Amino acid sequence: MHKDLEKYKDKLPLKLLQDIEEQVPGSKVKKVAEKVYEEYLASRVDPGEAVGLIGAESIGEPGTQMTLNTFHYAGVAEMNVTVGLPRIIEILDGRKSISTPKMEIFLKSPYNKGKNIRELAMQIKETKLKEIATEYGMNIVDMRVDVKLDSDKLDELELTPQQVAKAVDKALGLDAGAKIDGNTLVIKLKEKAEAKGLNALYRAKEKCKGAYVKGVKGISQVLPVKRGDEYIIITAGSNLKKVFEFDFVDSNRTTTNDIHEVREVLGIEAARQAIIDEVFQVIETQGLNVDIRHIMLVADTMTAGGEVKGITRYGVVSGKASVLARASFETPIKHLINASLRGEVDRLTSVVENVMLNQIIPVGTGLPQLVSKLEK
Amino acid sequence: MAKKKKAGELEEEFVEEKIEGADIEQQESSEGSAADVSGNSDVAEAVETVDKEQFSRERMESLAHYVFKQVDAVVFGVLSPKMIKKMASAKIVTPELYDREGYPVDGGLMDVRLGVIDPGLRCKTCSSKLKECIGHFGYIELARPVIHVKFAKIIHLLLRTSCGSCGRLMIPDDKRERARAHLDKIEANEGPDARRTALRALITSARLGNKCPHCKEKQGKIVLEKPTTFVEGDRRLSPIEVRARLERMPDEDCELFGLNPETARPEWMVLTILAIPPVTVRPSITLETGERSEDDLTHKLGDIVRINQRLFENINAGAPEIIIEDLWDLLQYHVTTFFDNGIAQLPPARHRSGQPLKTITERIKSKEGRIRHNLAGKRTNFCARTVISPDPMIGLDEVGVPEVVAQKLSVPETVNEWNIQYLKKFVENGPGKYPGANYVVRPDGKKKRITDETKEATLEELQPGYVVERHLLDGDIALFNRQPSLHRMSMMCHRVRVLPGRTLRMNPAVCNPYNADFDGDEMNLHIPQTEEARAEAEILMQVQTQLISPRYGLSVIGCIQDAISGNYLLTKDEDIDRETAFMIMSNAGITDFGKLSSKKKLTGRDVFSSALPNDFDFKGVSRTGEPVVIKNGVLTEGVIDTKTIGGEGEGVLLRSLHKKYGPARTVKILHSILRLGVEYLFHNGFSTGIADEDLPREANEQISKLLAKAEEDVADMIDKFNKGELEAYPGRTAEETLELRILERLNRARNECGKVIRSHVHDDNHAAVMILSGARGSITSLIQMSACVGQQALRGKRIEKGYRGRTLSFFKEGDRSPEAHGFIINGFKHGINPKEFFFHAITGRDGLMDTALRTPKSGYLYRRLANALQDLRVDYDGSVRDASGRIIQFEYGEDGIDVSRSEQGKINVKRIAEAD
Repeated sequence: MHKDLEKYKDKLPLKLLQDIEEQVPGSKVKKVAEKVYEEYLASRVDPGEAVGLIGAESIGEPGTQMTLNTFHYAGVAEMNVTVGLPRIIEILDGRKSISTPKMEIFLKSPYNKGKNIRELAMQIKETKLKEIATEYGMNIVDMRVDVKLDSDKLDELELTPQQVAKAVDKALGLDAGAKIDGNTLVIKLKEKAEAKGLNALYRAKEKCKGAYVKGVKGISQVLPVKRGDEYIIITAGSNLKKVFEFDFVDSNRTTTNDIHEVREVLGIEAARQAIIDEVFQVIETQGLNVDIRHIMLVADTMTAGGEVKGITRYGVVSGKASVLARASFETPIKHLINASLRGEVDRLTSVVENVMLNQIIPVGTGLPQLVSKLEK
Repeated sequence: MAKKKKAGELEEEFVEEKIEGADIEQQESSEGSAADVSGNSDVAEAVETVDKEQFSRERMESLAHYVFKQVDAVVFGVLSPKMIKKMASAKIVTPELYDREGYPVDGGLMDVRLGVIDPGLRCKTCSSKLKECIGHFGYIELARPVIHVKFAKIIHLLLRTSCGSCGRLMIPDDKRERARAHLDKIEANEGPDARRTALRALITSARLGNKCPHCKEKQGKIVLEKPTTFVEGDRRLSPIEVRARLERMPDEDCELFGLNPETARPEWMVLTILAIPPVTVRPSITLETGERSEDDLTHKLGDIVRINQRLFENINAGAPEIIIEDLWDLLQYHVTTFFDNGIAQLPPARHRSGQPLKTITERIKSKEGRIRHNLAGKRTNFCARTVISPDPMIGLDEVGVPEVVAQKLSVPETVNEWNIQYLKKFVENGPGKYPGANYVVRPDGKKKRITDETKEATLEELQPGYVVERHLLDGDIALFNRQPSLHRMSMMCHRVRVLPGRTLRMNPAVCNPYNADFDGDEMNLHIPQTEEARAEAEILMQVQTQLISPRYGLSVIGCIQDAISGNYLLTKDEDIDRETAFMIMSNAGITDFGKLSSKKKLTGRDVFSSALPNDFDFKGVSRTGEPVVIKNGVLTEGVIDTKTIGGEGEGVLLRSLHKKYGPARTVKILHSILRLGVEYLFHNGFSTGIADEDLPREANEQISKLLAKAEEDVADMIDKFNKGELEAYPGRTAEETLELRILERLNRARNECGKVIRSHVHDDNHAAVMILSGARGSITSLIQMSACVGQQALRGKRIEKGYRGRTLSFFKEGDRSPEAHGFIINGFKHGINPKEFFFHAITGRDGLMDTALRTPKSGYLYRRLANALQDLRVDYDGSVRDASGRIIQFEYGEDGIDVSRSEQGKINVKRIAEAD
């Protein structure tokens, strides 16, 4: 770092220090840094500024301009991504299961050059029996189902019929079992289920179609894409934890759009960043301009408690200390009853209660609490 | 426990919350008088000691600007029977309301001890008049106890979790402490409802085998038959039994359950005494016929009192048990519907007309309920609303107010030695003549309307200390607002400019922040009435201070429409003679001609430069990407368009001006620029008509050829597809590929039309000027008008809906031609045919639906966001905290920069370095 910059080390944000370092010739650093510092001080927020409301306005107002069109292609026919207003609502609700989970898997150095990219992608994709079966034959006489396997596909997936049989057997559970016979998978009812007859057999046949054979559970589609000068894999469906286990995956850069999964696998700080990134991406693709600080504030509010909480009556709002503030949002009766049972005390520290009582609100010019004594 | 103590120490008012809108409402409106509140400031004491005798409501109102009482906290709890009796001022015994003379009956529901709602009567409790008396509670003694519906679920849980004979919670003593810690943690994290579920789970998992761990008594299974009947085994538990069981529960167990026994003993949930809300919360209205119409609550209470009386009589007369039970159930029904008339299992109580009664729950909840409608939302006086219209001649920070409005709205001005003559003139003019005054307020708070009769007397009386409510004058402060108020720029402070006419006038440059246009929009005007309000409005809300949006750190206010095309043409004009230049400039209000060179011929850039300060440097780009250079206040290169002077985050030039010269000067410069543009158009004439979309014949031929070629190509593709020769894109089926390729080909065809149009349309074509300057319209709209409307897309695809395999009945099944899937080959000007019209209507309707569905969705999202984040503020240490002091961010936005003071959220190091 330039010696003239050093005294600003703790006074200026890192980003500004970097900017000065990069954009200003050494001889001018001292003068420029001084001016930047001056301007930085002038640009700081005032104490009491209602940043929360400004943030809410900044995200809420452009919401009216966003499209409602839910789907948007990302390459493969079945791969849609929720965009626009529905996606924003989904993120801010803090939903546990999102409508279109999606991952962007980055690969480590030798693998990201595009060689064998298809094979790598296929390793990640979840394969179900129906994708490698060519024919299902119900043999009523012997009470069995013959499933013919596609040997080309098996080779492609580097699977042996035995492996398939094992996987299917596991998936069928207690009622039926699977054995391999050449290239044919034979599904037979177990003794105790035999009495149930044809119906049970039919059910076993349907069940086996969805049996998990290989890959990562939850990843229904994979798509290798060239981004910049490397190849990445985009998936429909998400399973961060399992994908990280592959040694060719660059776990530093791989992301998912499922906030709760990020919270579980990578922790709350990562979840906060994920919220910021996801919201920002939606707003940006809609061609709208919203400063990142507003999104940060929303993300911080959602994650401040260590858990991802949605902006709903069950999430952030339920955590408010004030009874009246909660009651003014939704389900007022419920909040009033619970408050009366608990004997709650509302200390009137937030905005709405004071609006209700026609008192000064504790933000902005209402924050300073100066008392002057009048002469008697 | 700690909580409780604190509450006691503070001697707070004890708002006995009883799920009665009445109580809460009472609290709010009575703030000051009834509320026994701590924290009296010295001011308050001073006021009170000065004149205790004159301490009337009116006097208090006139002194409203002193904060003499402040509510410190609100405590919630359940009313105990004792408390109800204590706070009641009358016992209600008869369902009759009025006697023959129409005077309220003693002991009736309209008893004068409960407050007055008739003019002339005095309250028997506080002996004040109508509007002064805030009302007092009464009570009825119920003949038999009834369950409070709102607590039925909790009572049920209490019964199930506690022992029927000894009343203790069925948690063994050795597990008590662990259970308490566990439950407290759950409640802190997930709230009281979760605590109850957890408690229930805890007891089930303890496997007590239906035996009380304390007294070993066997427990029956208790079922709640909704809404209010409890059944143990096959025996019905009467509210008396329920109450008896709840009474047995010890205080410590209440706490473990999650009740605060100080404020909510379980047995209080079974009502033995019912509080009657004051008459002031259920005023009756007198109809024109002189007939009285009672409030819904009064009706309901009448029912309760009547049935209660009958039940008493029957019990005393020793009537058979069945009759008593029936009456008891009826009483229960009436009390239940008194609290909530929307319970699923009960038929709602109705008026004679069949319309359901609005009882307490309905009064509180929903958007029209007490909380959101009356408490969180306020109404004001001194406001106006009319249609708006544009006036580029008034300043950006001004608002044109019609004279009629200016005469109705007023500003209070206190008389002193120096302004008495000035204010007397207004009084002389009176309310009818502008500029006059409407009221005079005497120092004792008496407000007098000025009329022709009282004028003379008032004039003589007027002396320092009086307040004159005078008409609006130019320069007064007003708040101007347009709904929906989505961001803070939707309500800004303007200065009044009284103008003839009947509309509110505004400068078109501030349309953007309000999102207003002049197709019939209406806006509101508010006149702040106190010095504090005016000061805040002026310092925090004035248009000047709102130039830079806190959303993205760029200018929201900027030139629009004519002002842009005007400046565009002006700065492209290479040849303006001196006289014209002078005329345009002086019309635009620029009087400093010193910057113009002495040459005979001037350029538009010279004229534009006159609006800029002399030491202004700027480098930017125009819409076409060409550089725009301003050096020492002179535009040396480039044309001015939206990219430099537009609003909504586009005008970079405006942002630079703001950074260098501050808000006030920027507004002035912007106004000059705006008027320059408008004046230039005034001088040269500017309009657009259907002829602007005319194309020469050869252009039309070229377009036809282009479109024909496209159709041919599409036909080829379809042919190929039908033969199965079409090569599919990776990951797609052949059909999808075909669709994509057709879509792409047709869009290309339309864009090629654009190229043809561009080469044939002159730059001085007014439609083209508007498009090129960014003032209005786009090249696509020009193409749609003069050449080809293009493909109508639904969800990113061609139109496919309708019949099986075809869109309309007269197309062949499987017809994939552009025509059959919504390609509109004609332009709007040529006219589109019925098929095309229909397809166009489909996408048009889709667009309408999208907007109609989106508005409430985004509105709800916004409400939730605002509600969740409204308490967040920057503290003195730079951290962001919520209402309870919890830190949300250690430094706002990680660097503490206010977006509205930044340039696009950043501090521009490069600019600073270069300026050096």
